Amino acid sequence: MSADVEDTHKRDFLVLAGNTFAAIGGASLLWPFVQQMNPDASALALASIEVDLTPVKPGQAITVMWRGKPVFIRNRNADEIKQAQAVDVKALVDTSARNDALPDATPALDEDRVKKGKENWLVLVGVCTHLGCIPKGQSIADSRGDFGGWFCPCHGSHYDTSGRIRKGPAPRNLEVPVYSFVSDTKIKIG
Amino acid sequence: MSGHSTYEPKSNVSKWFDERLPVVRLMHDSFVAFPTPRNLNYLWTFGGILVFCLVAQLVTGIILAMHYVPNDQMAFNSVQHIKRDVNYGWLIQPMHAVGASMFFLAVYIHIFRGLYYGSYKAPREVLWILGVFILLAMMATGFLGYTLPWGQMSFWGATVITNLFSSLDGVIPGLGTAIVTWLWGGFSVGNATLNRFFSLHYLLPFVIFGLVILHVWALHVAGQNNPTGLEIKQPADAVPMYPYAVTKDVFGMFVFLIPFAYFVFFMPDWLGHADNYTPADPLVTPPHIVPEWYFLPFYAILRAIPSKLGGVIAMVSAIVILVFVPWLDTSRVRSCKYRPIFKWCFWAFAFTCLALGYLGAMPAEEPYITWARIFTFLYFAFFLLAMPIVGILETPSKLPRSIMESVLGKPGSTGGHMPAGASAAPEKR
Ligand code: HEM
Ligand code: FES
Repeated sequence: MSADVEDTHKRDFLVLAGNTFAAIGGASLLWPFVQQMNPDASALALASIEVDLTPVKPGQAITVMWRGKPVFIRNRNADEIKQAQAVDVKALVDTSARNDALPDATPALDEDRVKKGKENWLVLVGVCTHLGCIPKGQSIADSRGDFGGWFCPCHGSHYDTSGRIRKGPAPRNLEVPVYSFVSDTKIKIG
Repeated sequence: MSGHSTYEPKSNVSKWFDERLPVVRLMHDSFVAFPTPRNLNYLWTFGGILVFCLVAQLVTGIILAMHYVPNDQMAFNSVQHIKRDVNYGWLIQPMHAVGASMFFLAVYIHIFRGLYYGSYKAPREVLWILGVFILLAMMATGFLGYTLPWGQMSFWGATVITNLFSSLDGVIPGLGTAIVTWLWGGFSVGNATLNRFFSLHYLLPFVIFGLVILHVWALHVAGQNNPTGLEIKQPADAVPMYPYAVTKDVFGMFVFLIPFAYFVFFMPDWLGHADNYTPADPLVTPPHIVPEWYFLPFYAILRAIPSKLGGVIAMVSAIVILVFVPWLDTSRVRSCKYRPIFKWCFWAFAFTCLALGYLGAMPAEEPYITWARIFTFLYFAFFLLAMPIVGILETPSKLPRSIMESVLGKPGSTGGHMPAGASAAPEKR
C-alpha cells in the first residue's frame, strides 16, 4: 500500500482493541475496590450460639445477640398461640413464612414459623423489616401494638404474636433464623 | 472569567508572574472587578456565607480528626475527651457541630432566594443544578458526620438511613439487602461501618469544594441574578464586586456569626438530640428516632407514604425534583416581585416545608400522619402543578426597563438625565 493512502481500518482496530483493553482492565481493577467493602472474613466467621431456655417462663421473652443483631425468643402463652393460628394467611401483608429453614414460597402459617411440638417457642430476628429498628414488645412494660406481638415505634409497624407484619410500613414478616433444639430446653441459632 | 480582563500588574515581579501563571489576574477579574448588580439585597450575601461555612467545617473538622478515634468502642468517649480534655476542644468541637446546622440554615436560605427570584432560569440552569449536587453532597456529609459520635441517635440514624436501600428488595429481591450489607461491611451497623463513614466524611467536603468551584465558575459565566431578575444591560446597572458587594457580604457574614457564636458559646449542645449523649446500644432503639432538624421535612415525606419503597422514592424525588425546576417553571419572568400569583405559591411552599419539618419531628401517629400526607402532596404540587400552570396563566406585573430604573426610577446613564456620579460607581469602567 502506498504511503499516502491511509489504512484507516487498521487504526480503527487499534482504537477498539485499546479501548476494550482499558475497559476490561478498569473493571477488573474496580472489583477489589468494591469488594473490600463487603463483610470481611472475621465478620463472616461469627459462629452459631446456644441459648438455654429454662429461665424463660410462659409469657416472658428474652433477647440474645447473634451476628450483631438481636434475636427475640418468646415463650408464648396459649392465648397468643391461638391468636396466631387463627389468622387467615390470605389476609396478611406478607404471605411468606420468612423462615430461613424453609423455602420462600412457604405460606405464613404460624406452624411454619415455629418447630413442631414446640409451638410455644417463637424465635425471630428482632429487626424491623422496615428500616431496621428494634421493635418493642420484649419486656412486659412495652407496648405490643394492635396485634399483641411487637410494635416498632420508629415508623409505626405492628407485628402479631407470630411476628407477622399486620399494619404499618414494614413490608415483610420478622425473619425466623435457622435454629434447632439441641435438647428439650436448649436451642442453637445459626 | 468571561469578558476582558482589567488587571494591570503593578510591579515587575507581578508582571513576570502574570505572564507565566495569570492566577492573580483570574482572582482580580473574578472577585475584584467582577460586575455585580447594584441592587443586590442581603439575601445575596449567603453565597459568601456558604463559602465561609465550608471553610470553617474543613478547618475545624481536620482538627477534630487529630483527636477523634473511629472505633465503635472508643468513638463516644473520644468525642467527650475532645470536649473536656483537648485544649480548646470545648470551642472547636461545638464550632463544627453547630457549624453544620448553620451551614444548612444558610444553604436553605440560599435555595429559597433562588426560588423566589427565579435564579434557576436560563442561563443559570447548570449553576442551579450544580447547587443541587452540592446540596446532595452536603446531606451525605451531614449524615455521615452525625454517625461519628456513636451515640444512640448516631447509631440508629445510621441504621434507618442505610436501610433505605433495602427497599430495593422490592424491585429485585435480594438486591437491597446486598447493598445494605455492602454499606455496613457486616450484618448490622458496626465498627466496619463507623470506620468507612469516617473516611467518607473526611472525603466528601473536598468533593463539595470542587463542586463549589464549578458553581462559582458557572455563576461568573452567567452573571448574578438580582431582585428584579433583569440582566445587566448597561454599565450603570452594576458595581464592581470590590469594594461594594464584598463589604456587604462581610457585614452579612458578621450578622450571621452572631447566632452562630451564641450557640457555640452558650448552648453548644442545644441543636443535638439528648439521646445522642447516650453511647450507642445495638439492642435498644430509642423510643423516637428523629434526624437532625435539617432533614426533618424529608423524613416527614418518607414516613407519609405507607409503603417502604414508595416512601423512599418520594423522599429522594423531593430533592431530585429541584434539578428539573428550570424546566418546570414556564414563566418568562424570573423574579417573584413581578409575579403576583406565583409569589403566593412560593410562600405557601415555604410554609409547607416548615410544616413538614414540624411533622417530621412528631411521632408516627395520627393526626400527624394525615397532615404529613397533605403537606407532602402540597410539596410536590408546588413543583408539578404551580410551577408549570401558574407560569402560563399568570399576567406578570410591569417590569422596570433596567436594574438602574428599578433603583432610581430612571432608565440609566445611557441617555439618562442624572449626573454621572449618581448613577455610576466612582471607579472608571
Ligand atoms: C456549599 C454550598 C454552596 C456554596 C458554597 C455556594 C456558593 C455560592 C456563591 C458564592 C454564589 C454567589 C453569591 C450569591 O449569589 O449568593 C452562589 C450563587 C448561587 N447559588 Fe450557590 N452555593 C452553595 C449551594 C447552593 C445550592 C444547594 C443551590 C441550589 C440548589 C445553589 C444555587 C445557587 C444559585 C442559583 C446561584 C446564583 C444566584 C444568583 O446570582 O441569583 N447554591 N452560590
Ligand atoms: S423501622 Fe420499624 S417501622 Fe420503620
